Amino acid sequence: MHPAFSVIFFTTASGAGYGLLFLVAIANALGFVPSSGWFAFATLGAATALIVSGLLASTFHLGHPERAWRALSQWRSSWLSREGVAALATFVPLSVFGIAWTFFGRTQGGFAIAGLVAALGAALTVFTTAMIYRSLRTIRQWHNCWVVPNYLAHALSTGALLLHLAAQIFGRPQAIVGVFAIIAVLLAAFAKSRYWNFIDTTKSASTPESATGLGARGKVRLLDPPHETENYLQKEMGFRIARKHAAKLRTMVRWFAFAFPAALTILSLVFPGRPLGMALAFLAALFALAGTLVERWLFFAEARHAVTLYYGAREI
Amino acid sequence: MTSLPAPAAGAKKLGLVIDLDTCVGCHACAVNCKEWNTGGHSAPLPDFDPYGADVSGVWFNRIHTFEAGEGSDSRTVHFPKSCLHCETPACVTVCPTGASYKRAADGIVLVNAETCIGCKLCSWACPYGAREFDADEGVMKKCTLCIDRIYNENLAENERVPACVSTCPASARHFGDLGDPASDVSKLVEARGGYALMPEMGYAPVNRYLPPRAAKTAPGCTGAPAELDRPAEAAGIHPLLRWMDKLLSR
Repeated sequence: MHPAFSVIFFTTASGAGYGLLFLVAIANALGFVPSSGWFAFATLGAATALIVSGLLASTFHLGHPERAWRALSQWRSSWLSREGVAALATFVPLSVFGIAWTFFGRTQGGFAIAGLVAALGAALTVFTTAMIYRSLRTIRQWHNCWVVPNYLAHALSTGALLLHLAAQIFGRPQAIVGVFAIIAVLLAAFAKSRYWNFIDTTKSASTPESATGLGARGKVRLLDPPHETENYLQKEMGFRIARKHAAKLRTMVRWFAFAFPAALTILSLVFPGRPLGMALAFLAALFALAGTLVERWLFFAEARHAVTLYYGAREI
Repeated sequence: MTSLPAPAAGAKKLGLVIDLDTCVGCHACAVNCKEWNTGGHSAPLPDFDPYGADVSGVWFNRIHTFEAGEGSDSRTVHFPKSCLHCETPACVTVCPTGASYKRAADGIVLVNAETCIGCKLCSWACPYGAREFDADEGVMKKCTLCIDRIYNENLAENERVPACVSTCPASARHFGDLGDPASDVSKLVEARGGYALMPEMGYAPVNRYLPPRAAKTAPGCTGAPAELDRPAEAAGIHPLLRWMDKLLSR
């Protein structure tokens, strides 16, 4: 599949934003984070900025961005529509929670509950994003049970690293936040390795033989394509450039999304506070976001669409 | 509304039956499809860099050529492919705006270009490559089964078929109601063992493909005179006797 940069940026940025929102709301309810309005402004502001920039970026790949509002209508059948509804709906409790905390210093009772509702909305939004891919039977690398855990775990790990960074910046490093971030990174690494194992060891039921129905005669191969140059289907669904480098890119993901952030977070727990702990936490979050961008690129590049069977692919 | 219409017993399922035995791979159906539809319901069908080296464009019908089997048993099969107007198409249900829809009255899958946001998700959901993005208009386009021909009262009755069907010089394309077991197309599918593409995807295509007939390798099965078989069995016989045999066989 052709990796549209706007979609890769969107899922990475808004994933981290929703992860951060989710954890800030829960940490607030549990009393793990500073109650200062500045902390709320920094964390919830960053989460909102990541979410909004991601959502805006996601409209860039549309043929008609000005009609994007129409995408809210088909939530009965479409995961993309459900994602839009969940994303917009989450802004309501997020606004209540964020404004009450930032400007009025209110974090308890109903406002904490508003935060938890926003956390639920954040989790649901990431879930619906993953389900857009998970529901496509045409792509074996997406239509499997590891896609949803991957999206959730990456949102949680990048969000946790950002929360850990915020705690360091505000001079309130909490070991539990750092430890949780390490656990979340390890969870994401586990989900990704299971995902890679799944796509490496399973085969699609669809073949050139089932695509043409000519399997009874033996092996089917493309003799002549319909045309000499590439059409939309081949450019969009038959993208192969990054797939050649899949092994290298997987190694990059392992180091940048998982190994470096986990190691740097451990170091930041050993040397907490400003400036060293803060710098280490900053690098951990930066590497994790960069690693997640590569991971999303690979998620598209390694996806083989069924239509390529009509254009010479032996397997998908 | 992108929820699918409720399945009804005896509902019309308009579609195509494509005969892979007689298709000669001339691409006339694709050309006539392009010609009609670039002035029809989804007009225009743009071409990009049409006279340059990297020409591409929106087509609703494309003709692939496959080779099936090995050696002398192999067969070259020309394989036209357009929208299969599936009974449970994911391209419709994934659409977030309701622009993609399946008509309850005849089962035709269409795109409303007025409400399509061009997110391309429907083209990701289709395993058959039936949907092509029009980068000029920013909307998705697809085969309409020539709704502007098949119901068009300005055309003579025998012309009220999709453009691809009307133009096929080998009569390899047939149009009709595959929901009616008594229709000509249903009978043809029944008689020739017509099948659906990639049934494992679960989208229940309406269009059917008729498999190539068994290859006729021995001259007897082609209806040629039986003596054509003889030279093989008479290989060791003297040419003079063979000539006599031929003469006396008349």
